[in-house]
Amino acid sequence: MMKRLLLACVPFVMGISAPGILVAPLSLGLVVPLAAWASEAEIRLESAPIDVRDAASLQAGARTFVNYCLNCHSASLLRYNRLRDIGLTEQQIKNNLMFTADKVGEMMNIAMTKKDASDWFGPAPDLSLIARSRGSDWLWSYFRGYYRDPASPTGWNNTVFLGVGMPHVLWELQGDRVLIEEVSKDVAGLAVKDRHGNVIKSVRFETVRRGTLSQVEYDTVVRDLVNFMTWMAEPNQVLRKQVGIWVLFFLAILVALSYALYKEFWKDVH
Amino acid sequence: MSDKAEVNRARRNILIATTCAGGAATVAAAVPFVASMLPSERAKAIGAPVEADISYLAPGEMMRVEWRGQPVWIVHRTKEMLDAVKATDDKVADPKSERKPSELTPEYARNEFRSIKPEYLVVVGICSHLGCSPSDRLKAGAEAFDPEWKGGFYCPCHGSLFDLAGRVYKNKPAPDNLAVPPYTFLSDTKLVIGEDKKA
Amino acid sequence: MAATEKQPITGAGPFNGILTWVDERYPLMSTWKAHLAEYYAPKNFNFWYYFGSLAMLVLVTQIVTGIVLTMHYKPDAAQAFASVEYIMRDVPWGWWIRYMHSTGASAFFICVYLHMFRAMLYGSYRKPRELLWIFGMLIFLCLMGEAFFGYLLPWGQMSYWGAQVIVNLFAAIPIIGPDLAIWIRGDYVVSDATLNRFFAFHVIAVPLVLAGLVAAHLLALHEVGSNNPDGIEIKKNKDPKTGIPLDGIPFHPYYTVKDIFGVAVFIFVFAVFVFFAPEFGGYFLEYNNFIAADPLRTPQHIAPVWYFTPYYSILRAVTVNFFWIDAKVWGVIAMGVSVMIFFLLPWLDRSPAKSIRYRGPIYKTALAVFVVCFFILGYLGTQSVTEGRTLVAQICTVLYFLFFLLMPWYTTIDKCQPEPERVTK
Repeated sequence: MMKRLLLACVPFVMGISAPGILVAPLSLGLVVPLAAWASEAEIRLESAPIDVRDAASLQAGARTFVNYCLNCHSASLLRYNRLRDIGLTEQQIKNNLMFTADKVGEMMNIAMTKKDASDWFGPAPDLSLIARSRGSDWLWSYFRGYYRDPASPTGWNNTVFLGVGMPHVLWELQGDRVLIEEVSKDVAGLAVKDRHGNVIKSVRFETVRRGTLSQVEYDTVVRDLVNFMTWMAEPNQVLRKQVGIWVLFFLAILVALSYALYKEFWKDVH
Repeated sequence: MSDKAEVNRARRNILIATTCAGGAATVAAAVPFVASMLPSERAKAIGAPVEADISYLAPGEMMRVEWRGQPVWIVHRTKEMLDAVKATDDKVADPKSERKPSELTPEYARNEFRSIKPEYLVVVGICSHLGCSPSDRLKAGAEAFDPEWKGGFYCPCHGSLFDLAGRVYKNKPAPDNLAVPPYTFLSDTKLVIGEDKKA
Repeated sequence: MAATEKQPITGAGPFNGILTWVDERYPLMSTWKAHLAEYYAPKNFNFWYYFGSLAMLVLVTQIVTGIVLTMHYKPDAAQAFASVEYIMRDVPWGWWIRYMHSTGASAFFICVYLHMFRAMLYGSYRKPRELLWIFGMLIFLCLMGEAFFGYLLPWGQMSYWGAQVIVNLFAAIPIIGPDLAIWIRGDYVVSDATLNRFFAFHVIAVPLVLAGLVAAHLLALHEVGSNNPDGIEIKKNKDPKTGIPLDGIPFHPYYTVKDIFGVAVFIFVFAVFVFFAPEFGGYFLEYNNFIAADPLRTPQHIAPVWYFTPYYSILRAVTVNFFWIDAKVWGVIAMGVSVMIFFLLPWLDRSPAKSIRYRGPIYKTALAVFVVCFFILGYLGTQSVTEGRTLVAQICTVLYFLFFLLMPWYTTIDKCQPEPERVTK
């Protein structure tokens, strides 16, 4: 009797496990790279059109970074002389980019202490690794997501970082924009609703005051800046991939040779 | 049997080829590990050349500059001091700085006054005996350690004496003259220590 | 065994003399024979048999890269994070050594999980290999500890808060918990004191224990001989003249040469990750760990590193207070048991056949269900908590435990096929 009861449990267990087996493809989620905040972000990030091998872009980005960012933010893990890697000479670095140090071997520190920054306007994080923690796409979308918001303490808000404490430092270049929320309307002029009965809204930017740069020029400035910050987060990345190609090429030869050796010896085994 | 010999030769060839490739891979893999122990960028930055502004250094005065963790002395020598250097030629152990020239005396310092410009002495202030930093006794006059003292440096640890060109006195514990570091003049008022003038 | 006169060594060319000198004073040839040239392993090892030697390769890699990292790393809360970036930027080839070590940590767990799975496929934990399995499980526990201690060292946000959460699990233990947590930390929160002692554990204590356990693991293996995909004992069929198992081949040169090939392929795949995907989407190097630890701000999304996520899922799945013990404590217990229960496998498995090739359909289904649940739990561990996800995690946790708890029963009633006399392909 007991045995039959237990026997009956088997199909039950198998039935329970069926959804498990159906759900198994989810396990592929482990293999497919996921952005760490894919689950929380309703925010769509645009893909940053950067290329860390473009020396001219990196140099332009370095200039923007040093002029606009390196007063409140430090980049304390990057040495000035590392900029040689993007095609600048030590003399060029000293003449054009070194405002906060005497020797070209020093780090890109700033004079303001963290405590002062916190007291005055809130912490301004070090930016050496920001492209690795937040991602290049985030930075690209962030610099292009600012709009005027009278409700915020700084007068600015950002579609990618709501309630951001940093004002729009590049506002002179981009100009002022506001966020216009529009209700989608159909042909008859009635509000369109989704199947839950909610009104569908769309959001767009509207320029209220033009900056010194056109949209394309501003995007180029941002692209170069984000490119530089991506490079700065891992200065060795270009070398890494170059070495990698050679290593894989050589290892492929090693795989082939060791396979031949293995097969040769195993001829004896039956 | 010839068949076995064929097999063995093929086996040996592949074995040699794989061993060579594997050996090359191992050496290549070892290079980064060995290289990682070389001075890092931070070490190089800390050991970088140092600039010294001598515009305020009056004749007869001395200034100290740190380079690679060591004290470097710059002495603005007066005419009397230069005469004193000539006068101590017979009191010093190595008047022509012939000992260990590549370590202690670069080419531009192999002269009477051991310097590029006679009026500026640049030496590393570390006694060649056991590494103490001597004190400066630049003024001539009778001293406890030498009644006919012409001016120079006195090391308090074991009593070694050096003249105003950094040369060690005879019969003292220190064997060598004070080292002249690589240096060059960027201008009349600025010199950089740690770097030779590029020829 | 009567001591036989040692013979001088021949066949080593110019080294004959020195090798003989050593052999007279050290068990050189006897070790070489017992463990390599005359250790007879089954000839039918397949893909699943690469992972033991690969795990050992990764252990050596971690130690060698670890030594170089220790030359430059600073185990001080104020300097640790910057010292890692110093290695990445200022130390010649430091970036490569760092990526080898971080990728190596994940590779270690991949190899070990696949190695353990092989044992579950072919019954390699069954008598007389129970002690081998126990040593292996102890290695696994040490490995988890080593990874946990090592993960604090970069002193990033994930490092700090992950350690905070896990040490607080110990605080959940009744009565002694809070004091135990303070003792582990050396402070009231994870701090510099914690970092320094975790450094000592990670660099010296656990590696020494690991090295000893690996040696014991190999000795235990060689004492009884290796299992094989058919699950039969090759020592049962020996050549009457030589005493060599008929299905055995000397480990050297056959498996040395096969393992070299396995190593070459592994290193190739490893190099792909080291040079082209060291972060691997945030799984090998987590994005939040590029932010220095901030004791005042917890990141939105704390998850353990991928190799701990199945157990983390089980921990979070327990949400009901049983008797007068908190769900939190039950969660810790469930998580602990989920690892420790593996120790019991040799005694839970009552099947007449060792290898899955000859077992019945129930075990095959049960193992498949277990694997699927393990993956699902692993995935859920990377995600934030929702009601639906908790339910799935709970179902998978129950199935996970049932795999073990019901095993004595279903392995007995399972219809097995007869095992062969001699090994098959």
